[in-house]
Amino acid sequence: MREILYRDAIREALDEEMERDDRVVLLGEDIGWLGGNFKTTAGLYEKYGDLRVKDTPISEAGFVGMGTGMALTGLRPVIELMFSDFLLVAADQVINNAAKITYMSGGQVSVPMVIRTPIGGGRSSAAQHSQSMQAMVSHFPGMKVVVPSTAQEAKGLLKTAIRDNNPVLFFEHKMEYTNKFLIDDEIELIPFGKANIVREGTDITIVATSSQVMKSMDAAKKLEAEGISAEVIDLRTIIPLDRDSIIESVKKTGRLLIVDEAYEFCGIGAEICANVMDDVFYYLEAPIARIGTPNVPIPFSPALEFPIIPSVQKIYDKVKALVEQR
Amino acid sequence: MDTKGYNLEQLKSFYTVMYRMRRFEEEVFEFYKKGMMPGLAHLYMGEEAVAAGVCAALNEDDFIGSTHRGHGHLVARGADINKMMAEILGKKDGYSKGKGGSMHIMAMDKGILGANGIVGGEIPIATGAAYTAKYLGTNQVAVSFFGDGASNEGTFHESINMASAWSLPVIYVIENNLYGISVDIRDVTNVENLADRAIGYGIPGVVVDGMDVLAVHREAEKAVKRARNGGGPTIIECKTYRWQGHHVGDPGEYRARRNENEKAEWMARCPVENLRKVMLAEYMSEDEVLAMEATVEEEIQNAVKFAIDSPYPDVSEAYTDVFVE
Repeated sequence: MREILYRDAIREALDEEMERDDRVVLLGEDIGWLGGNFKTTAGLYEKYGDLRVKDTPISEAGFVGMGTGMALTGLRPVIELMFSDFLLVAADQVINNAAKITYMSGGQVSVPMVIRTPIGGGRSSAAQHSQSMQAMVSHFPGMKVVVPSTAQEAKGLLKTAIRDNNPVLFFEHKMEYTNKFLIDDEIELIPFGKANIVREGTDITIVATSSQVMKSMDAAKKLEAEGISAEVIDLRTIIPLDRDSIIESVKKTGRLLIVDEAYEFCGIGAEICANVMDDVFYYLEAPIARIGTPNVPIPFSPALEFPIIPSVQKIYDKVKALVEQR
Repeated sequence: MDTKGYNLEQLKSFYTVMYRMRRFEEEVFEFYKKGMMPGLAHLYMGEEAVAAGVCAALNEDDFIGSTHRGHGHLVARGADINKMMAEILGKKDGYSKGKGGSMHIMAMDKGILGANGIVGGEIPIATGAAYTAKYLGTNQVAVSFFGDGASNEGTFHESINMASAWSLPVIYVIENNLYGISVDIRDVTNVENLADRAIGYGIPGVVVDGMDVLAVHREAEKAVKRARNGGGPTIIECKTYRWQGHHVGDPGEYRARRNENEKAEWMARCPVENLRKVMLAEYMSEDEVLAMEATVEEEIQNAVKFAIDSPYPDVSEAYTDVFVE
């Protein structure tokens, strides 16, 4: 095991896949000389050159669409969108084109393209640079949706994403980039569609994505001191969804809380709740609950922002209420 | 029509391709009128010289990106008209097993990156194919076909800007048929020639008579040569006209607003008919032309039969091909 920053784990995954396969090409804003707005591509421009680490103009629809054309013709583009909010600028190319071309062609072609993009609040970046777009894109068929938690997860899942033959939306949490994690170099690829039980427990199942996995773990430790045993599941991928692991866990614990930072309304919590209900209803000891960001634009002031995004305290409070509800 | 520099074999080839497009779409229109075609189709009739002229300048392994009005590009590129016709009827043996229809026909074995239902949607995709060609050093080029309407989409500007900045081997062919559904381009755009926009991207832009297949071919050859030699992209604006409305069933009456004879004047310049006249005047007898047409007619009738005979896909087909392995 060694210590690594989350952003360096991302860079290592890109570097290793570029070393392994010269069809892997990076495109994005400020990824070249600057090494990325969050420094996830530092040094790659110097190592691989201008044609493989391409600084683009501020033309999100244009360069995402180019990525689709590159993927259709034999390359494996990895595109960085500086903030996931900018997915909306490129939405037609992502949703109407990249995600649907395989289907529209009757399976003749594939689009092996990864779009990496940061999500989440916590930096006073306000309403257009703090959103979490994983729920929105999951509504549409044709894309795999990855929400890694730790540096290990980010690295292993990104390498899998680059080798996948489908469009993959890869959401990195911007508050993790400069956090340190332990990484085991024996683990290379982490498969899609296989949730990770990061903590076993008996009283409640917490299904979490991205940074909310770490927050759920912190909450679980606090709850343990009070005699509440929480099982924490790192979902890893929303599409494909590992519903079996969730169902199995809830049958054991009798309670389910879903934590995802995207807007709560029509969100991941609602989907997982409905998705597993038929299988877990008669095992439940409390209603299924969810925590997301309430449906207001993300505010600027820390006095407003931190209270609305999911937190350790909110998870803790919700679990206590569910377990103590009789 | 200036035939200087072209031999009879070339003229016959241009004529055969354009006649195939025209007859193919006349049969599509028949299917619509008889209620045999699900949904709609956007007919290319009248614009045949553009696809025929441009595609004749390409190599087998080059790429094209197409549009909602894409039948002509696909036929010109040599797509299988049986599979095209079956797809248009939503049948199992269509290019996409009935999942795509007229607007989403794709044939990678012919370098066809796909027709596309979003106006301007394929412009960056074709540009990306050109990036691949440059990256891999394959000497291939990409052509992006689109209409006057798409030239007002952001993807047009974004793609051409990048292609110019990076000298990508791509040719942007604007099929200016004057209308985006009912809206006259002259009412929403204040440049006389859309090709003039090339100045803003530092690339060549040319205007060509889109009713003259040889004129189109000459300009396409120059642009393709420039692209292959590393000279970067070109905009070719082809002035053309669609015989039908936006799609089958649209009478297109809005086109009489400026000039009630507008449609008739353009139809008098039919690219297929004009080339036929030239061949009859200078090279071939009526019987020889009729014999060429009969060969095409047989292909078309085979395609019609193939499409009718093909079964509809099983409903299970709706659930496959969302992802690949």
